[in-house]
Amino acid sequence: MSPRRLDTTALIYLALAGVVAVGGAAVAMDGGNLFSTANLVDMFTRTSLTGFLAIGMTLVILCRSLDLSVGYTAALSSLVAATTMDGDPGRIVLGVAAALLVSGLIGAAGGAVVAFLGVNPFIATLGVGLIIKGYLDTRYKGPAGDVPALFQQFGYTRVAFLPISTIVMLALAAAGIWFLRSTRTGHHMYAVGGDIDIARMSGVRTKRVLMAAHVLCGMAAGTAGLLLAARFGTGSAESYTNLYELDAIAAVVLGGTLLLGGRGGIAGTVAGVLILAVLDTVFNVMQINPFAKDVLRGAIIIAAVAIYARRQLGRTARRPRFDAATTGAGTGRP
Amino acid sequence: MQTTRLALASAAAAGLLLTVGCTTDEIQEPETTDEATDAAEGDWFVQADYEEQLAQRDIEPEGDPATPWLQAIEPEWIDTAEFAREGGDATVCFSNASVSNPWRVTGWITMQQQVKVLQDAGEIGEFRHSDAADDDEQQISDIQAFIDSGECDALIISPSTTATLTPAVEAACASGIPVVVFDRGVNTDCAVTFIHPIGGYAFGADAAEFLVDNLEPGSKVLALRILPGVDVLEHRWAAAQEIFGDSELEILGDEFTGGDAAEIKNIVTQYLQRGDVDGIWMDAGDGAVAAIEAFEDAGKPYPVMTGEDELSFMRKWKETGMTALAPVYSNFQWRTPVLAATMILNGEQVPAEWVLPQEPITEAELDDYLERNADMPSLHYAKFGGEDLPGFPDAWRDR
Amino acid sequence: MRHLRTASAALIGGGTGTVFALLAAIFIAVAFINPGFFEWPSLMAFLKQAAPLVILAAGQYFVIVSGNFDLSVGALVGAQVVIAAKLIDGEESRTLPVLGVMLLFGLGVGLVNGLITTALKVQSFITTLGMMLVLYGAIRLWTGGAPTGSLSEAFRGPGRRGIEGVPLIGEIPWAVLIMLGAGAAAIWLMRTRFGRILVATGDNDLAAELSGARTGTVRTVAFVFSGLSATVAGLLIGGYAGVSAQVGEGMEFTVITAVVLGGVVLGGGRGSVVAAMAGALTLEALFTLFNQMFLPASIRPSVQGAIIIAAVAYAAWRRTRRPVAATATVNADPS
Repeated sequence: MSPRRLDTTALIYLALAGVVAVGGAAVAMDGGNLFSTANLVDMFTRTSLTGFLAIGMTLVILCRSLDLSVGYTAALSSLVAATTMDGDPGRIVLGVAAALLVSGLIGAAGGAVVAFLGVNPFIATLGVGLIIKGYLDTRYKGPAGDVPALFQQFGYTRVAFLPISTIVMLALAAAGIWFLRSTRTGHHMYAVGGDIDIARMSGVRTKRVLMAAHVLCGMAAGTAGLLLAARFGTGSAESYTNLYELDAIAAVVLGGTLLLGGRGGIAGTVAGVLILAVLDTVFNVMQINPFAKDVLRGAIIIAAVAIYARRQLGRTARRPRFDAATTGAGTGRP
Repeated sequence: MQTTRLALASAAAAGLLLTVGCTTDEIQEPETTDEATDAAEGDWFVQADYEEQLAQRDIEPEGDPATPWLQAIEPEWIDTAEFAREGGDATVCFSNASVSNPWRVTGWITMQQQVKVLQDAGEIGEFRHSDAADDDEQQISDIQAFIDSGECDALIISPSTTATLTPAVEAACASGIPVVVFDRGVNTDCAVTFIHPIGGYAFGADAAEFLVDNLEPGSKVLALRILPGVDVLEHRWAAAQEIFGDSELEILGDEFTGGDAAEIKNIVTQYLQRGDVDGIWMDAGDGAVAAIEAFEDAGKPYPVMTGEDELSFMRKWKETGMTALAPVYSNFQWRTPVLAATMILNGEQVPAEWVLPQEPITEAELDDYLERNADMPSLHYAKFGGEDLPGFPDAWRDR
Repeated sequence: MRHLRTASAALIGGGTGTVFALLAAIFIAVAFINPGFFEWPSLMAFLKQAAPLVILAAGQYFVIVSGNFDLSVGALVGAQVVIAAKLIDGEESRTLPVLGVMLLFGLGVGLVNGLITTALKVQSFITTLGMMLVLYGAIRLWTGGAPTGSLSEAFRGPGRRGIEGVPLIGEIPWAVLIMLGAGAAAIWLMRTRFGRILVATGDNDLAAELSGARTGTVRTVAFVFSGLSATVAGLLIGGYAGVSAQVGEGMEFTVITAVVLGGVVLGGGRGSVVAAMAGALTLEALFTLFNQMFLPASIRPSVQGAIIIAAVAYAAWRRTRRPVAATATVNADPS
C-alpha cells in the first residue's frame, strides 16, 4: 500500500509544483513576480479559509460521506463568535468556545441524520444547511456582533509572509494527519469509507466513526467561521452565499482523496488547497477577467482529477477490489 | 507508510518555502488594526440616517447638473495636498466587489471608459483591478494584496458588504495611500472620500411614497425583494415599511425572489390567483418585466408599480402605459471614484463624503431617457451617465 | 396480506410511496387553505410553473439512476436562455435556427459531461461541478457579464402560451403538454432495454458489464438526456419569464433534491422515473403551500430542509424494514 500512497501524494505535490512553475512563469512574462512577499502573503492568506473547511471535509469524505452545510455552519459560527465576544477582549475565549460548540453540534446533527436515520449525506447536509439558512435569514438582517481588536489579529497578523491563520491551519492539518495515522478512530475512517459492511463486520462501530467525522468537520467549519469573524471584525450571515462548500470539496478532490471514500488524506488536501490558492493569486496578479477565472478554474479542476484518475486506472489492474466500487466508470458519489 | 507521506509533505512544503524564501526582499511589519469597529450593529435600521436621506432628496446639489457625477449634496470640502503627486501617470488600483449583476456590469463599463479618458490625458498610467466575486473574505485579500504590492498610488474600493470590509479598509488607510470608497460604505471615515448616491432609504422611500400617492387607501401591495441579509437592500425595505406603516395600504406580503424572473412570475401569479394586487414595490428592478407579464397572463389590470431605471422595465412601462416610477440608485456614480482619485493625486479638494444626486425617473422623463438609451441593451441602466465618453455607444452596446 | 404488501411495495418501490403520500398531504393542506386552488385555471398555472423542474427531474433521474450526478444543469438552463436571447435578438425569423443551436449545445454539453466521466474516469460530481463553473463563466464572458438581446414572441410561446378555449379547462398551457410528452417519453425509455441496462449499471456496474452491457455508453447517453432536459427546461423558463441574469441559479440542487425526494437513491440502481417527476411536483407544491400559508419568506428554507430530511429518512426507514435490507447500508448506497 505504501508505495501507491506515495505515488498519489507525490503526484499531487508534483502537480502543485507544476502549477507554481507555470503560474510563476506566466506572471514573470507579464512583468510581475509571483514570489514577491506581497504575492506570497496573498497566496497563503487565501489558503487559510478553504484550508479549514477542506481539512474537515476530508474526514467526512474519507468516510464516504459529504457535508454541504459547512458554508452555513461557518456563517453561523462567525455570528455566534462575534455576538458572544461583543467587543470585549475578556470574552474571546467564551466566543471561541461557543462558536466551536455550536458548529460541533451542527456537525453532530448532520452526522446523526446520516448515521442513524440512513439519509444520504448529500440530502442530509443540504437539509441541515437549509435549516441554518432559514434561521440566519430570519434572525439577522446583516452583519452583527463586534470582534475585539485582539481577536482580529487572528485574521490580520503575520509572521514574515505566513499569516497566523495559515500557521493555525497548517497546525490543524498536521493534527489531522496525526489523527488519521495514529488513532484508532482515524484508521476506522478509512475502513468505513472503504467498505462499510466489511468494517462493521470486523467490529468497527461505523456509526460512531461517522459521527466523529461529522462533528470534526463541523468544528473545522466553525474554525473557518472564527477566521471570517476575525477578518470581518463582525459576524456575517451573508458569507454562506459564496458556496465555500464547493470550494472545499474541489480542494479535497484535487488533493487526491476519493469522493467515494476510503482513500486519500489531509496532506493531499493541503496541496489541493494550495493549488487553488496559487491559481487565485496568479489570476489576480495577471488581472484575468473574473468570468474567465471561473472557466479556467473549472477546466483545471476537471483536468487535474482526470490525471489522477489515469494513475488510479493503471493501479486497478493490480487491485481488483477497487475495480467495481472505486474506478468503475466514474460512479458518482452516494 | 504514512510517515513517508508526512515526510514528503513537509519536505515539499519546506522546499516551497525555501524557494520562495530566496526571493523575499523585505519583510514587512505585521500590520495591526488600530481598533475594533465602533459600529453598533444591534439595530441596523438607523432612524437618523433614514431622516437624513429623506431630507437630502430635496437639497439642491452643488455643481453642474449636466455632469451629475461631479455634483455633491452639501459637500464638506477637504484638503488633499498631502496626497499631491507630481508627474501624472499614476497607478490607480480598484478592488471591485463583483460584476455579478447587470447594474454592476453597466457601471464597470462606464468606469473603464472614464479611465481610458484619464489615461489618454496622462493622469492615470496603469489601472489595476481585482474582482472578489461577492466574497467578502476574498475582497479583504484583494485589498491586502494591493497594499502589500506597494505600487498603488491610490486605491478605490467598492466594498461588497458594509461592516465586514471595515478592518481591511482601515488597514488600507493606514498604509498611507489615498483611499476612495464608493457605492456601499464602511464603518470608518478613514477614507479620503466616500462616494455614494443618497442611499437605500431614499430609494425605498421614493418607491413607497409613489405607491401611497397613486393608490387608493385600502389597496393591496406586494413587495418583491431580492435577498435577505444584505444591508443595502434591507435599508430599501426598511424605509418602505416606515412609509407603508403610516399609510392605509395593505401589504400582502414581502417575498424573496433572488432577482430570478421565473421566480418573480411564479410568486406574482400565485398572489393573483388568490385575489387582486393593486401595487408592486420592488427593491431592485431585476426581473420587473416578469412581474408585469404575470398580470398580463392572468388577464388582470396593470398594477401601480415601482421598478428601477433598468431599460427592460422602462420599455415595458412605455409600451403598456402603466402607472409606474423608476427609482434610481445612480449608476453614474461609477465615474466619480476615478475622477476623485485623480483630483486627490493632484492635491485638489474633494468632499469628505461625496453624496451624489439620486432622483427617480418619472413618467414625464420616461420618453427622454428611452430616447437617449435607444441603442442600449435591455439590461442597461438609463442613468449610467456615460453619453459624453468617447466609447459611447459601442462600449455599452457591444459588450 | 403479506403478499399484497410485498407486491405493492415492489410496484412503487423503495421510498417511492412516500413521495405520493407527501404530495397528497400537501395538496390536502393547500385545499384546506385555499379551495380555489383546485379550479382548472390555477391548477394549470401550477403545472405550468412546475413543468421545467419536472422535465429536469426526468433528465437528472437518468443520470442519478446510472450512479452519477449532474450539477451542471442549473448553469446549462441559464446558458441556454442567455444564448437564445443573444442569438435571436428579437428577430422572429431566427427562432427556429436558434432552437437548433440550443439543442446541439445542450446535447453537446451532456456528451462532454458523459465522456469526461466515463472515458476519463473523472467522478461526475467533479466533472459537472467543473462544467458548472465553465458554463457560468463562459456565458458571461461571451455576453460581457449580463445577458443581452431579447427573445422572440415565437420562442416565448411554448413557455408562456397555450391552447385556448378548451371546454371545461379553459387554457391548456403548451408547457403542460410538453411536460406530459417528456414524461411519457422518459417512462417509455425506462421500459426499453436501454432503461434496464441503465438501472443495472447503476446498481452494479461490474455485474452489468460482465453480462455484456456497455455501461460507459449508457451512462454517457444518460448525461446527454440530462443536457436535453436542460435545453427543454431552458426553452420553457425563458418562454415563461423572459431573460434575466439569474435564470437557472441553484436549480441543480433543487432538482437533485426533487429526485431524491422521489425515492431515487443517490449512487444509482434504484427508484423510478415517475417518482422522480413526482418529487419535482411535490417540491413545487411545497413552495406553493408555503406561499398559500403566508409563511414568512425567510423561514421557508428551514421548513423545506426539515421536510426533505424527514421524507428521505422515512423512506430510508421503510427500506430497512423490508426484507431486502442487505442494501440498506448507512449511506443507503448499493455498492
